[in-house]
Amino acid sequence: MKYLSRYRRHKAVAPLLLLFALFAIGTTFSVASATTTPSQSALSRSAAIDEGRQLFLKGCSSCHGLNAEGGAIAPSLIGVGAASVDFQVGTGRMPMADMSTQAMRKPPVYDANQVAALAEYVASLAPGPAIPTDAVLNYERDGSTAQGGELFRTNCAMCHNFAAQGGALTQGKYAPTLMGVQPKQMYEAMITGPQSMPVFSDKTITPAEKLSIIKWVKAAEAEPALGGAALGRVGPVTEGLLVWTLGIGLLIGVAVWLAMKAR
Amino acid sequence: MTARERIAGTVASYVDERTGAAAWMKKNLNKVFPDHWSFLLGEIALYSFIILLLSGTFLTFWFDPSQREVIYDGNYEPLSGLKMSAAYASTLHISFEVRGGLLMRQIHHWAALLFMVAIVVHLLRVYFTGAFRKPREFNWIIGVGLLTLGIVEGFLGYSLPDDLLSGTGIRIAEAIIQALPVVGSYISFFAFGGAFPGEAFIPRIFTVHVLLLPGIFLALITVHLMLVWYQKHTQYPGPGRTEKNVVGFPLLPVYMAKAGGFFFIVFGVTAFLSAVASINPIWLYGPYTPGQISAGSQPDWYMGWLDGLVRMAPPLETHAFGHTISWNILIPGLILPGIMFTGLALYPFIESWISGDKREHHILDRPRNVPNRTAIGAMALTFTIVGLLNGGNDIIATTFNLTINQMMWFSRIGILVLPPIAFVVTKRLCLSLQRADRDLVLHGRETGTLLRMPSGEFVEVHEPISAEKAWTLTQHEQPVPLELSDTDTRGLKRPGAIKNKLRNRMSRANAVAVPKVTAQDLKEIEHH
Repeated sequence: MKYLSRYRRHKAVAPLLLLFALFAIGTTFSVASATTTPSQSALSRSAAIDEGRQLFLKGCSSCHGLNAEGGAIAPSLIGVGAASVDFQVGTGRMPMADMSTQAMRKPPVYDANQVAALAEYVASLAPGPAIPTDAVLNYERDGSTAQGGELFRTNCAMCHNFAAQGGALTQGKYAPTLMGVQPKQMYEAMITGPQSMPVFSDKTITPAEKLSIIKWVKAAEAEPALGGAALGRVGPVTEGLLVWTLGIGLLIGVAVWLAMKAR
Repeated sequence: MTARERIAGTVASYVDERTGAAAWMKKNLNKVFPDHWSFLLGEIALYSFIILLLSGTFLTFWFDPSQREVIYDGNYEPLSGLKMSAAYASTLHISFEVRGGLLMRQIHHWAALLFMVAIVVHLLRVYFTGAFRKPREFNWIIGVGLLTLGIVEGFLGYSLPDDLLSGTGIRIAEAIIQALPVVGSYISFFAFGGAFPGEAFIPRIFTVHVLLLPGIFLALITVHLMLVWYQKHTQYPGPGRTEKNVVGFPLLPVYMAKAGGFFFIVFGVTAFLSAVASINPIWLYGPYTPGQISAGSQPDWYMGWLDGLVRMAPPLETHAFGHTISWNILIPGLILPGIMFTGLALYPFIESWISGDKREHHILDRPRNVPNRTAIGAMALTFTIVGLLNGGNDIIATTFNLTINQMMWFSRIGILVLPPIAFVVTKRLCLSLQRADRDLVLHGRETGTLLRMPSGEFVEVHEPISAEKAWTLTQHEQPVPLELSDTDTRGLKRPGAIKNKLRNRMSRANAVAVPKVTAQDLKEIEHH
């Protein structure tokens, strides 16, 4: 140890020690952080961004622009976030089949991996709402059906109808039915506000309240037809149709039969 | 005489000695009613009313007509713990906890819809066959009264559960009340006991719905039926049927059996509908709060045409002397229905004024033989149907991939253009049918058998129709236009000359007809 103590006052010691400390801290940090994000994912993430970019250039850029900056017929996607892409592409709304009133739900064109890649690419352009994780989406545990119904009737029913069956908006636009929509997609719709829908930020409706709404919609979807055929759950229009066709039809048929028998 | 007959005789004379009923019963049980399916339409309404009384009474056992706030703790989990009115909570209780409660609620509501359908269909039958003519004008007015009260009663009924949809309906009713110029806001305050929604209206409309209006209904229906009884039933034209007789079957046993059986069939059909089809699922609507509304909020169908008129009204408002007059509500919500119901009630008098016909009529018209009346009916019906379609404009738009705006413009233009078109087309159709009747009587029925003449010409063999049919097709009288001169015998202008001129013109239009076959025509054709 004499050798080390002899040079301990040497002028090169301080910079060397500094270098050593930096190296130690850096190594420790990289080892520690590697446990949460493996370097593998960092690699695949950049690969996904690349793949997403390729998909985007082929399928989306003709309307949304080569750098997703938007154009005359389509909005900019910079800052819309992964949640928006996951909703629009994952429900088949994008790419649009035609440029008429509004994008409709249809079987998705891209598979789950491709959707994820597109989402990664768009998210890499600028920060935006992220795709909610399964841990966040535990609506069965964290939601309340009754509270969700109340929130739904206050915030959603005016367009989506009292039983989430959808409804008409102006100029041919419409609020779609929520039957058969995945909880993740409902959540994404609330935080991104697709098409005519407003954004319900976490300040307007807290994440817990969003889960309650989802829980209520899922309960309404699963609810059996309690009073007999539900007639579309759209209110008195279909009831009136039934009474004017089957109801009075049956009775007039009987009346004709009664009047015939007497002859 | 068997033992059974002896006992029956003893009972009968016991009752007769104390009430003197035998003579009355003998006369009335033998009363004859003509037989036709369309004469049973009014009965559907009557039986639906009885079903409504029975099922409604059942519902009052559990319904709590109060807007007292309660916390729901019943069986329906998606609403548990929510604040709601006792009215809504008790309706949920009837639906989910009372045995047979949901079925009874659905029977009550389906019966209400059928009641109104039957009234309208019955009204159409009476109108298009001219059964409202002298001496039945009063009964016609009573019928129009029943229709109007039925609409009100139905509206109050579906407002009682205090769910989101019914509260929306009450809110619109409040808007219509407030649209009354000057007094609107005061009447609204009186009706609701203060500002909307308040806590008064459910108890108030409950009393009106279960006490006042059913009482008026019972009284009016009784008078309606007694007048039918007293004036005898009308009958369709046919051989042996005159203005002085009624051809049909006696009340006992044929009509007793038919009418009694028909009641149970109507009850059965109503119960069937209620068992297989949901109606007014109030648990899905949720409790009413003024801050909420659902897309596609519609009234029941009998209010739907009024809702449609309001929906298509352009946003017109005027401000004068510190008052706002909302024409967009006032015209479609009050003025138009007022004109329509008044016109409907006065129609028998208007028609007899135009035609100058003041005689009694017990033989019904075939609609084609009265083209003007039939065309006016088609016109009014078209108007109402356009209104009704627009009442469901959002549901129709989403179902058929249309836009609400297209529906609205179709209705706005259609409500003005389509009724006159319906009038002209129907009148032409009636005249064509008259012409077809004339051909049928003159040339007989086309047999489809072709005959080749010696000259090589092909002709179709026509078979003469039966004498009975020929009589039915030619028995009606054809209207003669009035010839009111505008000067009196001394050549002086009469007062009201313009009125007479108008009446002459309307009477001429009313009398347009294809001349019916006369005995002279038939003789001539025999010579051929």
